Amino acid sequence: MAAVTTSTERSLNKLAIVGVLIVTVIFLAPIYWIASTAFKPRNLATTIPPTVMFQPEISPFVKLFTKRSQLRTAPTPEQYAAAPWWERLVFDGGEKVVRSGRGEVQWSGYPSRFMNSLIVAITSTVLAVGMGTFTAYGFSRFKVKGEADLLFFILSTRMLPPVVVAIPMFLMYRVVGLNDTHWGLIILYTAFNLSFSVWLMKGFMDEIPKEYEEAALVDGYTRMEAFFKIVLPEAATGIAATAVFCFITAWNEYAFALIMTNRRAQTAPPFIPSQVGSGLPDWTVIAAGTFLFLLPVAIFTFLLRNHLLRGMSFGAIRK
Amino acid sequence: MAHIQLKNISKKFGNHTALTGLDLDIADGEFFVLLGETGAGKTTTLRMIAGLEKPSEGQVFIDGVDVADWGAAERDVALVLQQYSLYPRYTVRENLEFPLRPKIRRLPDAEISDRVARAARTLRIEHLLDRKTDRLSGGEMQRVSIGRAIVRKPRVFLMDEPLSALDAKLREALRTELKNLQMQLGATFLFVTHDQIEAMSMGDKVGVLNHGRIVQTGTPHEIYNNPRDTYVASFVGSPPMNLIDGKLVDNRAVMAPLNFELPLPGGARTSGATDGRPLVFGIRPEDVYLENGAPVEARVHDVENHGVEKILTLRVGDAMLRATVPARTDVEIEQPVRFAWNPDKVVLFDKSSGINLRHAG
Repeated sequence: MAAVTTSTERSLNKLAIVGVLIVTVIFLAPIYWIASTAFKPRNLATTIPPTVMFQPEISPFVKLFTKRSQLRTAPTPEQYAAAPWWERLVFDGGEKVVRSGRGEVQWSGYPSRFMNSLIVAITSTVLAVGMGTFTAYGFSRFKVKGEADLLFFILSTRMLPPVVVAIPMFLMYRVVGLNDTHWGLIILYTAFNLSFSVWLMKGFMDEIPKEYEEAALVDGYTRMEAFFKIVLPEAATGIAATAVFCFITAWNEYAFALIMTNRRAQTAPPFIPSQVGSGLPDWTVIAAGTFLFLLPVAIFTFLLRNHLLRGMSFGAIRK
Repeated sequence: MAHIQLKNISKKFGNHTALTGLDLDIADGEFFVLLGETGAGKTTTLRMIAGLEKPSEGQVFIDGVDVADWGAAERDVALVLQQYSLYPRYTVRENLEFPLRPKIRRLPDAEISDRVARAARTLRIEHLLDRKTDRLSGGEMQRVSIGRAIVRKPRVFLMDEPLSALDAKLREALRTELKNLQMQLGATFLFVTHDQIEAMSMGDKVGVLNHGRIVQTGTPHEIYNNPRDTYVASFVGSPPMNLIDGKLVDNRAVMAPLNFELPLPGGARTSGATDGRPLVFGIRPEDVYLENGAPVEARVHDVENHGVEKILTLRVGDAMLRATVPARTDVEIEQPVRFAWNPDKVVLFDKSSGINLRHAG
């Protein structure tokens, strides 16, 4: 940077900061809305104008994790006194927790959907990034016949909105029995992400001087050893960036999850809004589900933020 | 240590021909320098010996064995590159240990640390061992690169312009060090460079490469004093050899377009020179001298002071000629001077082919 900053430069800087702040507020507002709704009492969730100051409560999360049914009559004082604290929160909302014949609390569908989301997103990310890294390395280091055409073909899989193929995919999945299975979604998401992963990783691989591996080859290492010992650590930044993008795509996917799964393998995105259906919509429960759903991506991105910053500036790795 | 032979090597990359009919013979323990301009095919030659590239035609022999089917790992050569041969995530010590740890020649730990210590001592980088390589200066990095090569005791050292990225002072120092190291190890070195000073000062033998062909192989002395053709003559030496068109008439060199003459007694002994065909006279700048009463008059076009000597550019008509003279010579630009040459040092080239007449034999 120049040591001398003129006053116009300084005021431009201030203007830029103000701009960034405005954009940040616009982006964070919906997240704040969801997070605050997740802790609101039900009657305050839909007030107009929105309630900003309120006593936060945890009842939406209790409702989120339990199976409930409407109370026809208010609970008797004995029932109320016998119930644990969290069940009272449900009673207060005019509902009761569903219990089995032996008195065990019935879980809602949310935890298993959340697990499904984790299984599908993590597995498909690992597969897409892993295969993408190897493919990109191959394209980057070896003379591949028809390289440009092949790369274009890989990219072309992203040239139409995926939903276009939803119906044929559904029919095919039904025939091969992949409907409502983890592997069904994993294969789909891996396929979506693979082209992206190959192209992104190719850029990162091209940045790594091939002299590094050649030195290792001459030193007596095999191509594979050189790849794992030298190339992979150098590509860590690129792998991290690619992994975050793939994970977000897989984690947030809605349309295919809605069409291809309904129970066993259903992920959280189609499940959360399906809660609207029972009785009057309880937005606090939906907000609580969404809030928890946001956390893994936020944590994952936060952990990899240093890599991401470098990864975003594609190709700005020091030569 | 090893004896390297390349026989009739050609290499094509697509439509581009990098090397044509290359023959090379590097004796055991020799410091061989491959000299050529950028794109002449030096690095390709090196990479083929290392096994990183396969020749399109021809054979590579290491100690008399055709190594066509050997991978880079099996050839047991060491490669030092201009840059990028150190792993940025490793410390200097880890970089030095790296070549000793592959599965195919895994050494015991004691041996590894012993060899690393010895290499570090030889190259005076002991104090750097625990530093990350991205915190080294250029000279230190290149020392470590050389260290990576010597820890292994390879059959041959291949060096691809290892000094080019360094500044002049350091280059000079490392040049001497590298030459000493080679003599101390008694190892076979193949050193690739575009810098003719490096070639002249380090090589036991020099091979000059031009457009994928070896033009001349010989000792630095031979290359310098008896270049095979005008390319070598103008490429080797700084400033390069003066090349002047002319003819030989009665023991006199007649410079045709410029109309000046210089005596060349005995020039006629060179076979094929007397038939009046167009020639190129080559004379090194240090064999051109100024003298009152010398046969040719010129004007001083330019003076470069190099401390111990001055390099004059002399203008005769509209042709330029370089002369290296002692620094005490007092000349000014545009001053008229008279010059002559040392006739024993004149090299005759055929005008059309550019070949040295003594070589054409």
